[in-house]
Amino acid sequence: MAKELWKGNEAIAEAAIRAGCKYFFGYPITPQNEIPEYLSLHLPKIGGCFIQAESEVAAINMVYGAAGCGVRVMTSSSSPGISLKQEGITYMCGAELPAVIVNMMRGGPGLGTIQPAQGDYFQATRGGGNGDYRHLVLAPATIQEAADFVQLAFDLAEQYRNPVMVVADGMIGQMMEAIEWRTPEKRELPEKTWATTGTKGERKPNVINSLYIDPNLCAVHNDRLAAKYQAMEDAETRWEEVDTENCDVLFVSYGTPSRICRAAIRQLEKEGIKAGLFRPITLWPFPGKALKKAASQESVKAVVDVELSMGQMIDDVKIALEGCRPVSFIGKAGGVVPTPAEVAAAAKAAIGR
Amino acid sequence: MARIQIVTGHYGSGKTEYAVNLALALAAEGKKTALADLDIVNPYFRSFEQTSRLTEAGIRVIVTSCGGVADIPAINPEVLSIFQNDDITGVLDIGGDPIGARVLARFAPQLNRADFDLLFVLNANRPETQDVERAEEYLRAIESQCLQKATGIVNNTHLCGETTFEEILKGARLAEELSRKTGLPIVHHAVSRPFASQAAEILGDRVFPMELYMKKPWEMNFC
Repeated sequence: MAKELWKGNEAIAEAAIRAGCKYFFGYPITPQNEIPEYLSLHLPKIGGCFIQAESEVAAINMVYGAAGCGVRVMTSSSSPGISLKQEGITYMCGAELPAVIVNMMRGGPGLGTIQPAQGDYFQATRGGGNGDYRHLVLAPATIQEAADFVQLAFDLAEQYRNPVMVVADGMIGQMMEAIEWRTPEKRELPEKTWATTGTKGERKPNVINSLYIDPNLCAVHNDRLAAKYQAMEDAETRWEEVDTENCDVLFVSYGTPSRICRAAIRQLEKEGIKAGLFRPITLWPFPGKALKKAASQESVKAVVDVELSMGQMIDDVKIALEGCRPVSFIGKAGGVVPTPAEVAAAAKAAIGR
Repeated sequence: MARIQIVTGHYGSGKTEYAVNLALALAAEGKKTALADLDIVNPYFRSFEQTSRLTEAGIRVIVTSCGGVADIPAINPEVLSIFQNDDITGVLDIGGDPIGARVLARFAPQLNRADFDLLFVLNANRPETQDVERAEEYLRAIESQCLQKATGIVNNTHLCGETTFEEILKGARLAEELSRKTGLPIVHHAVSRPFASQAAEILGDRVFPMELYMKKPWEMNFC
């Protein structure tokens, strides 16, 4: 298929439609507004429904309701708006509801700025809501991946009966890139016997709920969820490695800064320094084992973590490395993006060049 | 060519790249040039980001939305100076899509008295302007939002870093089709400089060579 030029946010919206999503509930916030804008135009044409809710809190609860009916549903927002959705997300994990949540991250804390950032890593991977819940977090670095991952996210959500989050910094949402539309690999998805579709007098009513008032039952529920999260860790951990074999210095980065690392790698190569990139694609589950393997190579003198934050993923990097290599950090928060030259300089400093 | 050049089009059609290059070309001809960044819908990849380059070339840059950093539709009243001073050659870089073009409606009283070209920038690789029907639909939607009629078409067909010569020719064919359908002339075939001479052989003197200034953060040169 011929390549087309798509804006990140529009590609995410179109990908949702292609994945069979007919319902979207959201509230405007920059830099993700093209997602609701696109869906408000196109969902009614396919018999779907778009609602601009009165708030992010209302929107995520509409997602809860629609997901409970067994339909494919999505919401999107940007950092402060995602904070408002946290209660809904833990309820959906508790009630085991599949849905896709897109966070086009902007600078924080609080209202922050509208420029790109990755300050919501902790929120996405640790959960801003209460309780022992987990959800998959997919982090695209290109518009192609954004389109692919949103389609994949709908399948993963149904496979595990759990919300899936797609996180990207605002740059991915706002920029243009050539992409081609691809169909995700077919997965065997379980039938939604739990959905509230009407009993038709043939079965007991299905109830969507996250309340397990009996502590013994709630403990069993948590054990079962933990087993499900373990299954996700076993089967869905994703990452990419670029020039990691026998590298002197290893960058760890995702999203926009991972592309800056690629530019830095080319520059460092000219200066005789072999740099590699380890790019987590799932932020949860974090690909810690694979990272340790790449970083433990004899050639690797130092690991440099690069983020659009003041250092959040670096915690997972350090946990994964168990002290086997020194880890340094370069990052900027609040909407400013480091240059390839700054990233290359950080790599040189890390290996004493 | 009219004194005021208004650049409209789809998100990602390349309006901003064209507007920046057009302003630089006009200033290089010795014209007293001002560029107004009138994009009030998109806070990223804006012409005001090129302010230092434009100012160095003697171009006055007028920025909207509180210095360009806020996502609010606040119009800088300095834009009016372009309409009021007949010695200024103005380039108005308008936000994407019909919704972005709505900002022009506010200037209807000025535009009704002004000498201007309203250019529709066309990229045949953008999904919503891929064929002549949809391209015209977009053009008409922009016209209805800004309360003005388009006067010309700019073919700016590209695929960001993956543009080929064939893409440019594909865009030229679509622009010609749109031109026949609407009666609007093709003002420019905007191409990045490496394609310019090859394009001129086929597309003639309407080829407008551009430097690509609007880069992504990882495309910045080392310095």
